[in-house]
Amino acid sequence: MEVALEDNNLMEKVLPPDEQEINVELETKEKKYLRGEGANLESLKDKKLKTQLASREKLYGKSAKAAAKIEKWLLPASAGYLETEGLEKTWRIKQTDIAKEVDLLSSKNQYDIVLPDFGPYKLDFTASGRHMLAGGRKGHLALVDMMNVNLIKEIHVRETVRDVAFLHNDQFFAAAQKKYSYIYARDGTELHCLKERGPVARLRFLKNHFLLASVNKIGQLHYQDVTYGDMVASIRTGKGRTDVMEVNPYNGVVALGHSGGTVTMWKPTSQAPLVQMQCHPGPVSAVAFHPNGHLMATSGKERKVKIWDLRKFEEVQTIHGFHAKTLSFSQKGLLAAGTGSFVQVLGDSSGGGYSRYMSHPMVKGYQVEKVMFRPYEDVLGIGHSMGWSSVLIPGSGEPNFDSWVANPFETSKQRREKEVHLLLDKLPPETIMLDPSKIGAMRPSRRKEKPTRGEIEAEKEVAIEAAKSVEMKKKTKGRNKPSKRTKKKKELVENAKKTFPELEEKNIAGKKRRIGEDAAAELPTSLKRFARKN
Amino acid sequence: MRIKTISRSVDEFTRERSQDLQRVFHNFDPSLRPMEKAVEYQRALTAAKLEKIFARPFVGAMDGHRDGISCMAKNPNYLKGIFSASMDGDIRLWDIATRRTVCQFPGHRGAVRGLTVSTDGNVLVSCGTDCNVRLWSVPRPSLEDSDLSSEKSIEPSAVYTCKNALLAVDHQFEGDLFATAGAQLDIWNHNRSQPVQSFTSGSHSVISVRFNPGEPDILATSSGDNHISIYDIRMSSAARKILMRTKTNSIAWNPMEPMNFTAANEDGNCYSFDGRKNEEAKCVHKDHVSAVMDIDFSPTGREFVTGSYDRSVRIFPYNGGHSREIYHTKRMQRVFCVKYSSDATYVISGSDDTNLRLWKAKASEQLGVILPREQKKHEYNEAVKNRYKHLPEIKRIVRHRHLPKPIYKAKAESRAMNDAKRRKDERRKAHSAQGTVVTESHRTRRIIKEVE
Repeated sequence: MEVALEDNNLMEKVLPPDEQEINVELETKEKKYLRGEGANLESLKDKKLKTQLASREKLYGKSAKAAAKIEKWLLPASAGYLETEGLEKTWRIKQTDIAKEVDLLSSKNQYDIVLPDFGPYKLDFTASGRHMLAGGRKGHLALVDMMNVNLIKEIHVRETVRDVAFLHNDQFFAAAQKKYSYIYARDGTELHCLKERGPVARLRFLKNHFLLASVNKIGQLHYQDVTYGDMVASIRTGKGRTDVMEVNPYNGVVALGHSGGTVTMWKPTSQAPLVQMQCHPGPVSAVAFHPNGHLMATSGKERKVKIWDLRKFEEVQTIHGFHAKTLSFSQKGLLAAGTGSFVQVLGDSSGGGYSRYMSHPMVKGYQVEKVMFRPYEDVLGIGHSMGWSSVLIPGSGEPNFDSWVANPFETSKQRREKEVHLLLDKLPPETIMLDPSKIGAMRPSRRKEKPTRGEIEAEKEVAIEAAKSVEMKKKTKGRNKPSKRTKKKKELVENAKKTFPELEEKNIAGKKRRIGEDAAAELPTSLKRFARKN
Repeated sequence: MRIKTISRSVDEFTRERSQDLQRVFHNFDPSLRPMEKAVEYQRALTAAKLEKIFARPFVGAMDGHRDGISCMAKNPNYLKGIFSASMDGDIRLWDIATRRTVCQFPGHRGAVRGLTVSTDGNVLVSCGTDCNVRLWSVPRPSLEDSDLSSEKSIEPSAVYTCKNALLAVDHQFEGDLFATAGAQLDIWNHNRSQPVQSFTSGSHSVISVRFNPGEPDILATSSGDNHISIYDIRMSSAARKILMRTKTNSIAWNPMEPMNFTAANEDGNCYSFDGRKNEEAKCVHKDHVSAVMDIDFSPTGREFVTGSYDRSVRIFPYNGGHSREIYHTKRMQRVFCVKYSSDATYVISGSDDTNLRLWKAKASEQLGVILPREQKKHEYNEAVKNRYKHLPEIKRIVRHRHLPKPIYKAKAESRAMNDAKRRKDERRKAHSAQGTVVTESHRTRRIIKEVE
């Protein structure tokens, strides 16, 4: 019996190499699902709490393992890719080449819609990627079902449309028109006229909070709750007119890019920006956020695109050569930049930073206005001056969607249910913060530590030095007596010393102490009130 | 060049026929769910509020007795029935579902003090201040008996007389013996008219008696001179005795951990003891403001319900110092007996105002058949609420209970008194030599000594 058990143990230890590889892969995936480090239970003194938390941590580990296994084995689809052989470079591959290699369904996603009369087009997709809203500058709004490439509704509003945005689903959308912004229903009826905002330059919708954010021509930022219409915040940015505004999907903060080269980040509950970053020497022309919330791409008119790490607010990479009018990150982290009539897609090669992945040069007359990746598909939507196009970028979309988060194959019943659940889970605007994982965490203790005596003395020394080294003005007409000069200097040094009164008191009282400090420490607690206070 | 793009065919992702279920796909990647903690917090808040909205614990009252209810008994074999006895000798069997009396057992001429049912559910034993022990045969419930208009009354199968008034009775688990408490502790057999065994201890009467569910020969009693005694009926005297400062009104053994018992004390606290180690209480459950009259454990062993002289019924966790729930009504007067139903769903309280009241054990529980989807949602709400229940907004909602004014004021007063006492004790300790003043822990504070 014992021998058999030993054999089993031996067999467990030596795994075939593929299994080992799989184990390593599963472990890396598990880390993602664990969502950070476990709790430090060693410092706990309460045994009951310790055992409860230990069992909880175990459960987290188990669920992370199960989720990793599901990701490895059970997800129905796998991500797209583009691999070249030999001397081929990925950025030289044209869309026509791709069309030859790819299946019929995907090739349906490559097209150009030419609408030369209605000006440069802005695009927006719903969260599931099924519907697209195109808004032409000269007043053409079109709601398209992307799966069947079916035009659901088009409206001509006959005035300038500067930006368009979907609300929480395809039933409602907002358009920023010449004087005011309007909210329309899916069938084209105008539901609301948002007069308070004035002429809006950019419109964005914060999905979890049901807030419609906009920046207008004067540089004011407005947040409005679309469930009951209240204007939650209107903030005067004080930095002038801007039309670069993006929402960070990870934490819901709005980033504005200004003409001085600064990027400021805002939340609706404060009048001052959360963060101000000097990103470019010249005006910022576009901003984009990576879905994981850590990376931000900005481009300035000096023909540089910079990638920033938002945890440390440091620059990670600079890409030279072009100034992007529009930037967009895909779900898998590819960065699309549009300049003139050229669209370039940069990919994150493992550890090497962003480098050229693919490019799509368009006809000279097509000036790119907006690029946006379509969620859950390997498709890039390009809105330009002659209409809009859609090109295939393999490896950009998330292949597996979650029906409870965003379902491209939604039925109307599912859509209605989802709307109700979204409304129930609507977050109040106070939850917008730079680090959203702070909710439910412990607040660090507020007690400010008193500076130690050594620190105070060092500060005093510095102040005295500064007072001594002050240049005295040489007075004329007989007022420049040496005795007066020395008196003045002594006064300055005394003033510098006076700003440290605690030290002064201690020095004086120390000479008059009767009970020594050690003796005072030995006193029982009841007599401590009688010890000399030093 | 090798290329692959995402292409989803509609057939794979939608259902074939309209009778099929909708297909659901999962991807647990956290990057698809931004701000998930905030959303969870919001759901916890909503769950806490919903729990309060749906908290309707009172199911109904069973009306019929003509005097205050003194004791109740559960039938271990039949879930729907409960026996109750009142101070004027009226014993009734109730059908909890319809809240009507099924049959009556008249005969006692004074207050009925103790009621118990044998483990097989056939024999009901009652004892009272008229010095009688009566055995009744419990009628079998059958479908023909749903004729609600007639309330049958039954003759006792045996009547045994004692010398003194009897105060409590309990039946052995899986056995033929039952014990009565009065001037002394007597062990009876169903068929003998005289007690098989007697235990005398001092001059004070034995107030309550309870057999251990795990060991059939062990029982715990409490007496009027503030003792709790544990007897083994195979031995001639008490195995263990604990002397407390105030008397214990009732004892209940934990059905899942039969070595532990909880004693409902006259000072408003319940003390959980380990039967093997009696120097200190395992846990002190403090929340009542007046004497705790009765206590019963849930069949899960995780909670117990107490009824108190302060007109409230509280549910405590078995290892927690404070109650998780309080039930009270303006019409409910002094609660003398409580029972936790055998399916752990209901709590029945019998009080001085001649009514038995049926309450839900979990106030916001949805009764009846629950669909699996509903069940999952309830479990999710419970889990997400427990995850964030320490945060101030949610804690305030979850903890909130309306207290009747006398209890609220009594609690505030006792809190002020305890704070003052504690402060004074701390100061006394600080101003005396180290080690001379020792603070007693709550677990030993009310125990005077343990006697072997």
